[in-house]
Amino acid sequence: MNLSNVSVKSETTSPIVDWERIRTDFPILQLRIGDKPLIYLDNAASSQMPQQVIDRLVRYQTTQHANINRAVHYLSEVATHEYQQARHTLQHFINAREDREIIFTSGTTDSINLVMHGYGRKFIKAGDEIILTTLEHHSNIVPWQMLANEKGAKIRVVPINDKGELEIEAYEALFNENTRFVGLIHVSNALGTINPIKKMIDIAHRHGVPVLIDGAQAAPHIPIDVQSLDCDFYAFSAHKLCGPTGVGILYGKAALLESMQPFKGGGDMIASVTFEKTTYNTIPHKFEAGTPPIAAAIGFAAAIDYLVSIGIEQIAAYESTLLDYATHCLNQIPGVSIIGSAAEKTAVLSFTIDGVHPHDVGTILNQDGVAVRTGHHCAQPIMQRFNVPATSRASFAFYNKKSEVDALVAGIKNVQKIFL
Amino acid sequence: MHTNSLYQEVILDHNKKPRNYGKLDHASHQATGHNPLCGDRLDITLQLENEQIQAIAFQGESCAICKASASMMTAAVKGKTRMDAETLIHEFRELTTGKLDTNLPHHLGRLTVFCGIRDLPTRVKCAILPWHTLHAALNSLTNASTEADQDPVQSIVPDHS
Repeated sequence: MNLSNVSVKSETTSPIVDWERIRTDFPILQLRIGDKPLIYLDNAASSQMPQQVIDRLVRYQTTQHANINRAVHYLSEVATHEYQQARHTLQHFINAREDREIIFTSGTTDSINLVMHGYGRKFIKAGDEIILTTLEHHSNIVPWQMLANEKGAKIRVVPINDKGELEIEAYEALFNENTRFVGLIHVSNALGTINPIKKMIDIAHRHGVPVLIDGAQAAPHIPIDVQSLDCDFYAFSAHKLCGPTGVGILYGKAALLESMQPFKGGGDMIASVTFEKTTYNTIPHKFEAGTPPIAAAIGFAAAIDYLVSIGIEQIAAYESTLLDYATHCLNQIPGVSIIGSAAEKTAVLSFTIDGVHPHDVGTILNQDGVAVRTGHHCAQPIMQRFNVPATSRASFAFYNKKSEVDALVAGIKNVQKIFL
Repeated sequence: MHTNSLYQEVILDHNKKPRNYGKLDHASHQATGHNPLCGDRLDITLQLENEQIQAIAFQGESCAICKASASMMTAAVKGKTRMDAETLIHEFRELTTGKLDTNLPHHLGRLTVFCGIRDLPTRVKCAILPWHTLHAALNSLTNASTEADQDPVQSIVPDHS
């Protein structure tokens, strides 16, 4: 028997992933903070980049870079081709019907603002209602408030229960003849709650209301199929999927995107321009004014290829074991409270320590090389709901390991010792 | 810097047992300070007579660095003149932003335990917030923030050097 055949994939069993070897793909994990190895548990804020993606960016920048959609020279054609390939990669990653339904933006926030300006300002009027949830990130609250203030529209908010789960009956009860739009976060960045978006999209569609999904925290951990979800818009950022900052996508159903007004004006988004009149380009170009983040989009696609080669389901299953272990460990520490205990969660652990402010927790954990996020996580309504000013948040990725959870636990005990 | 040198006994003690904690009933001056980045909020009330701080108190929700800074500040400025308090405010800001040469004469005394904060830029505002709020109270401004045009690290506190 040939040893190299031992771990061959089969239909019935998942391929065995060597998670310890995966760690070696990430050069930043070799870093030391003072005399301690880096323990990076702030992945919900931004993930780290594997060498494969770094190499792709270097290859693009050293052999393929020019502006796209313009010149007839060799490099421009190569760059245009690679940029379009990146769009295809994203299309297949979320199973969009057509590649023109993928718009490159600067990130999730930009995507949501595009929908607010392109769809909201055209179709939402005085007296109309927009449904959001308590779990939204500020980026899916503030743009809609700006629109509501401008138009005289109203924001309605879906409440959550004590576990940090949306109350679906209350959501359904919010719909009336004035409801025009739903903005819904797929996974809460502050608590990790995975929302039942398929069910919620169906409810909205029964009332004839389109739905935007903020998928920033979901795309790295959950396989996304926009056709099966039937969502009208879906947004996420590259830098939470091991890609570069400065790029993300907006998926939108082609018919909706075509009905919308442009967000930004400029080059590339036009068909023709005179001082009397401009006619706009077709989608997706209508929404990609100016030179797009070409290198970042190509790096984004390389990051998707990397994640897909491991398997999003494998990643989710492994991260779930880390979450279970960390939840168990933190529950054993007296004085530590986990905020958010939804039945369906990604590997996010928001917690408080009795008598210690989260910023002091973060500063002391940093001394042990442990990077966590502290603060309100751009989700102040959630903090108000749980009556805490802020929390500490550990968020895990597939390149984290159990011994790093142990280091977090030791760090928390050290915090308690200092503040005894 | 090793963070342990910041979370020293004196700071932990003032956090646990803050001095001058509460609110003066008959304050001549007061202000509320707010750090919107972390949610820290504190109220300062003081009694100024003949340009001298007769009484001062603070209360609020904040991290240990902010609370200890407020506690030690109230102890330091009580009985001082307005001018002396402004000098301390200035020196404390210079200390925490790494601009004060502690080898030269200054008036901070034990407040120099906060010097380690200069290596933690994200925490500087936690330490400065009480001082910034005191400055606002002394100048009859009722609100102080750590952000935008009120950012104390960006120096709106007048120079006395």
